[in-house]
Amino acid sequence: MSHAADLPLWASLIASFLVLLGASLTLVGAIGLVRLKTFYDRIHAPSLGATWGAGGILLASILLFSVLQSRLVLHEVLIAVFVTVTTPVTLMLLGRAALYRDRSENAADLPPPIRSDGETKSGDAI
Amino acid sequence: MSATILSWSLLVALVLLGLAMVIAAVRMLRGPRAQDRIVAFDALYVNAMLLLLVFGMRTGSTLYFEAALVIALLGFVATLALAKFLMRGEIIE
Amino acid sequence: MSRLLPYPLLAVSLLAMWLLLNGLSLGHLVLGSVIGIAASNVTAALQPPRSRIRRWHLIPRLVAIVLVDIWRSNVAVARLILFPAQHRRVSGFVIVPLELREPAALAILACILTCTPGTAWVEYDSTARKLLIHVFDLVDEAHWIDLIKNRYERLLLEILA
Repeated sequence: MSHAADLPLWASLIASFLVLLGASLTLVGAIGLVRLKTFYDRIHAPSLGATWGAGGILLASILLFSVLQSRLVLHEVLIAVFVTVTTPVTLMLLGRAALYRDRSENAADLPPPIRSDGETKSGDAI
Repeated sequence: MSATILSWSLLVALVLLGLAMVIAAVRMLRGPRAQDRIVAFDALYVNAMLLLLVFGMRTGSTLYFEAALVIALLGFVATLALAKFLMRGEIIE
Repeated sequence: MSRLLPYPLLAVSLLAMWLLLNGLSLGHLVLGSVIGIAASNVTAALQPPRSRIRRWHLIPRLVAIVLVDIWRSNVAVARLILFPAQHRRVSGFVIVPLELREPAALAILACILTCTPGTAWVEYDSTARKLLIHVFDLVDEAHWIDLIKNRYERLLLEILA
């Protein structure tokens, strides 16, 4: 940690807080992945780590490198934007895939199909 | 003083993120169904990316940032392809 | 103007991404602008649906609302995961009728709902114009429908024509 020797105290306190916040939120998300009982509950858990979990660590990284190099270092924003755009896409697609698979197996506790014309999703040809 | 605080909290964050990766890996191995494994894989690569970012903050090098970006890109494409495979049984149609 | 820049927003965001990755300098500014303009012209061949932003000034408000909501639901979901014994949680599906039709607005709504840990977008049907979401802590169905319709959908309808 020799590169951070001349870091002001306030910066290191804020960065530490943000990093620990992000890491613990990510850990809680992972715990939820194991603890929750059904798939549809578990799909909520990873977004914990992908939103404020990633956000805290990325904010800390921006703060740390900006203070150390005494200019604004913003390239972490790219990862933040990328993660917030891609996580919903994967989770949405997974949710749809799971619903499709469960419907084709006639699993219990599923919502009724929302198509108005009576044609169900599970009737689609593969 | 300030370097010590930061160094310790970064170390703790590394441990927390490593633990999160282990837990996600447990769900990935236990399943029970393919979609559970893919959700766990998604969480696993996001955690790996965050771990690399914390490594970068610890060493003060921006090289880890590039690695994190590559992991984010490849992990997204991989989970997308896997989810598509679940829906249709094939990726390229 | 419109022939050179068919998708100005795309070109500007590509330029911003280029500068963030490579650092700000005159050379990269020129190179990034060339790449942004070229790439947005290539995209024009795909003819993606064009959407127009009507009210720019409402965007910061939407972003602030979403950030606060994501934070609040992060805390709520984290508490439910760590202390499941505190109250009996029931999760379930909710069907929300939507007025939005704009593909871009629907995409943004999908990102908002899925990024918020308490809700997940599962299915949308464009002919019935109904949305199926899964809610982690379902106390009152009407509350969630009201939240989506009044908090997000109204703003999105105003921002995107």
